[in-house]
Amino acid sequence: MRRRGKPLITENSQGFTFTRRAMVLGGLQLGVSALLAGRVSWLAIAENDRYKLLSEENRFQMVLVPPRRGWIVDRYGKPIAVNRSDYRVDLIPDQIQDADHVIRELTQILQLPPDEVARIREDLDEAAGYQPVPVAENLPFERYAAVTVRQPDLPGVAPLRGFSRFYPDGAAVGHLIGYVGTANKEEYEAADKDPLLITPGFKIGKEGLEETMEKRLRGTPGAKRLEVTARGKLVRELSSLPDKSGGSLHLTIDAGLQAYAARRLGNESGSCIVLDCHTGEILCMASMPSYDPNAFSDGISHDEWNMLSADERHPLINKSLNALYPPGSTFKPMVAMALQRAGVDPEETVHCPGGYRLGNRFFRCLGTHGRVNMHRAIAKSCNTYFYAMGNRVGIDVIAEMGRALSFGQKFDLPVVSQSYGTMPDTAWKQRRYKQDWTASDTLNASIGQGYVIVNPLQLAIMSGRIASGRNIQPRLLKGNYAPAEPLPFPPEYFEAVRGGMWEVVNGDGTAGRSRLPFPDIQMGGKTGTAQVRRIAGSQRGQSGDWKYRDHGLFVCFAPTVNPRFACSVVIEHGMGGSRAAAPVAKDVLTYLFDKAKAMEALTALEEGWGGNIEERMARQTRAWLAAKGKAPAEDIA
Amino acid sequence: MTSLVPAAVARLPWLTIFLVIAIGMFGALVLYSVGGGSLSPWAGSHVVRFFLFLGMAIVISYISPKRIKPLVFPAYGGVIILLILVQVLGFIGGGARSWLNLGFMTLQPSELMKPVIVLVLARFYDLLPAGQIRTWSAIWPAGALIGVPFLMIAAQPDLGTASLVLFSGITVMFLAGLPLRLFLGGLGAVALVVPLAYNFLLLPHQQRRLTIFLDPELDPLGAGYHISQSQIAIGSGGIFGKGFLNGTQSHLKYLPEVHTDFIFSAMVEEWGLVGGLFLILCFTLLLRWGMRVSLATKPRFDRLVAAGLTTTIFFYVAINLMMVMGLAPVVGIPLPLFSHGGSAMLTVMICLGILMSIDRNNRMKRRGLA
Repeated sequence: MRRRGKPLITENSQGFTFTRRAMVLGGLQLGVSALLAGRVSWLAIAENDRYKLLSEENRFQMVLVPPRRGWIVDRYGKPIAVNRSDYRVDLIPDQIQDADHVIRELTQILQLPPDEVARIREDLDEAAGYQPVPVAENLPFERYAAVTVRQPDLPGVAPLRGFSRFYPDGAAVGHLIGYVGTANKEEYEAADKDPLLITPGFKIGKEGLEETMEKRLRGTPGAKRLEVTARGKLVRELSSLPDKSGGSLHLTIDAGLQAYAARRLGNESGSCIVLDCHTGEILCMASMPSYDPNAFSDGISHDEWNMLSADERHPLINKSLNALYPPGSTFKPMVAMALQRAGVDPEETVHCPGGYRLGNRFFRCLGTHGRVNMHRAIAKSCNTYFYAMGNRVGIDVIAEMGRALSFGQKFDLPVVSQSYGTMPDTAWKQRRYKQDWTASDTLNASIGQGYVIVNPLQLAIMSGRIASGRNIQPRLLKGNYAPAEPLPFPPEYFEAVRGGMWEVVNGDGTAGRSRLPFPDIQMGGKTGTAQVRRIAGSQRGQSGDWKYRDHGLFVCFAPTVNPRFACSVVIEHGMGGSRAAAPVAKDVLTYLFDKAKAMEALTALEEGWGGNIEERMARQTRAWLAAKGKAPAEDIA
Repeated sequence: MTSLVPAAVARLPWLTIFLVIAIGMFGALVLYSVGGGSLSPWAGSHVVRFFLFLGMAIVISYISPKRIKPLVFPAYGGVIILLILVQVLGFIGGGARSWLNLGFMTLQPSELMKPVIVLVLARFYDLLPAGQIRTWSAIWPAGALIGVPFLMIAAQPDLGTASLVLFSGITVMFLAGLPLRLFLGGLGAVALVVPLAYNFLLLPHQQRRLTIFLDPELDPLGAGYHISQSQIAIGSGGIFGKGFLNGTQSHLKYLPEVHTDFIFSAMVEEWGLVGGLFLILCFTLLLRWGMRVSLATKPRFDRLVAAGLTTTIFFYVAINLMMVMGLAPVVGIPLPLFSHGGSAMLTVMICLGILMSIDRNNRMKRRGLA
């Protein structure tokens, strides 16, 4: 009946409908209850392990504890690079919600100078999300505490108690030691995304020994298990595995000498290397001007970097290893060795009329020396003698000796890079220029010009090998090395050359003004003046623009009886070896025998230059900023 | 009845009251824990409110359904006025607003609409002659009665509460005996419209909400965070839980809205599956009692009200629990009686009060007949 027409609905039938439908509804409710009970059981029993793990992962955070970096100490155990307890603040880009707000707050709390703020913004733009950006280091406790208190309102800000690298000698060890810094994206990826590299406060070596000896210095990180809230607030520390400090690095360097040499170079651009001529241990390897590794390790500002890159004296280049110079007359002791090797009798004389004629060309000497033997030729730096004798023995003999005494050689040293220059010979010219070697090439090479270029370390090694007669290898790290073998040349050869070098300083020679101030200790040496460009007309590189002036070089050893130390000094555009380089070598060697006397000389000089390295660098920075129209940075007291 | 207890007290539905107290006090314990082992900010006010509203429910239970009947339409009108009022206040105050401040609690008029919609529809079908139940005039007035508050609440915007009002209304229509094909057809239409609406009507962020509900681990740190963390809390509790005051998800604040929407997760984390099943059982018994009351009732208004209000409570509980267990999208519905929140508790207590009133009326009639 329902199908046809309107069904008849009474209150009674409505009651039945209600009962039926209410029971369906009740059953539905029961069904949903059962479903819920089933679901909660499933989650709590079947998926319990998975969710337990997830809740633990939520709750605990493993935090790496950066290891303390190993110290770098000098040959006497005096610290060169150490760690200082440090309050610091970093930014973790990933966690920042409002960068502008955070930077504004930090600028206010930490009173950051504007150029630092600019650096932070720039770093933040470039940083990969997980890479911490240093905001400030070496904070006084009050400011650090002020940030810590505000931390919950400033997501992404990580105040931290850590350690920062400190180099007591500052710029004096800049090129030698290098500096440390936060790992960049490439370094992080190269290390297979080692999480240690992005741990706030952790730094890796970026230059010099800090970079090359990274493995030894780094140490093993510790770990902390922290219980943290969803917002990253620390609840408690549960367990920790202590970190293992990096091993300390014992250098052959004499920190005092290194600092002295760096200071003694003064405002000049150059290098000073001293080594033990029996063992090859490098006692100092200073290159100036330099940068302050302390400033670099804190994260350097754009202005500082621009200033250093723009400087024509290249404070970013290690001149001891990566700058090449024509050795000029400092080459002659080696050539004298080669001549003897080729059978030239040291007593044989050459007449110097003020130059040497080769075909229709006249090669000039610096003076008119008359009859000169080898001894006098070295003492007076007579070009004619070396032209004539060099031309007689030929370049290949000279090149062979040059290589034996270090030129063109690369040494096994823990340094980032070495430029090893050129010790030319006939084959080299053929290979390089597809041209035959000419006699005039030999003449130029005989006086350390022409194709010859060397680095200051090679000059020091040459000097050391001549002084000791041993095939010494340069060393930077203290260790047990086999004693150096004697070089395969008769002792008389060395005697003859050393005799000439004695005469240079102590007799009738070119560096008579740079005798050591001791009655009983003498040094032997050889000056050199290297042309920067071809002589144009009467100009001899002795005046005019700084960058066209001649380089001044000096190699030496001391004492002359039983030599201990060998040294090379290069002063870029110093105009002459005896004028610019020899006095530096004299004071530096004096330091080795009598510190007080040497310091006295230095103090007087620094007064004239207007302060020590730090003071002069600070003044230079201010002047540079002022010239750029920028407000000088906070006064570096 | 010759006991020491006065007859009026003895005649209260004590089992039900104990059930309600068990749920409320269990909630208080959990609120104490998630409040960091402290009565403030939640547990204390929860207990006070709970007993206040329970007293109110018992008072309501003494009002006979006959006397409630004439109040139904005025109450409906009153709540509509309140809904308009909050809109106006929100407009003046510059921003969306859905509550009125009563001093000791804030009241959401939309909450009151949940029991009132049941009452008003029950009253409407009570008045409608039986013969007209399958005609158009049985549908459109009910549609209007539901539609007006639904749209107003949805515009607040509070889609969760609006849907509950809609569901409650439809439940009463279903119970009243409207043709079944209407409901089946409606269900079919929804099944057809949802995919279309998803593609053409929903805004991207709404679409996202839905897809993330379907797979919360798509976005564990973003929109899926709540569901993921809630399931972690429930799942990590295991059978016996981590122990009272020992929940890590809740105490370390990985769990959001821990005192309202996600209180069930916080409870299961500490009390385990045992606690979870206990609470579900309590709610199931309460609902069973409500449905039994409706089935035992003869008057049409009373039975529609009883079944409708029971189902309203059911929707509350079911949607909240499904949400926290990842079976429904996050809509923001608290767990009544158990979680902190005055409006929901008030609503459910009103429902329970009316249910008890109907129950009392039944028993009195039975006694009268006997």
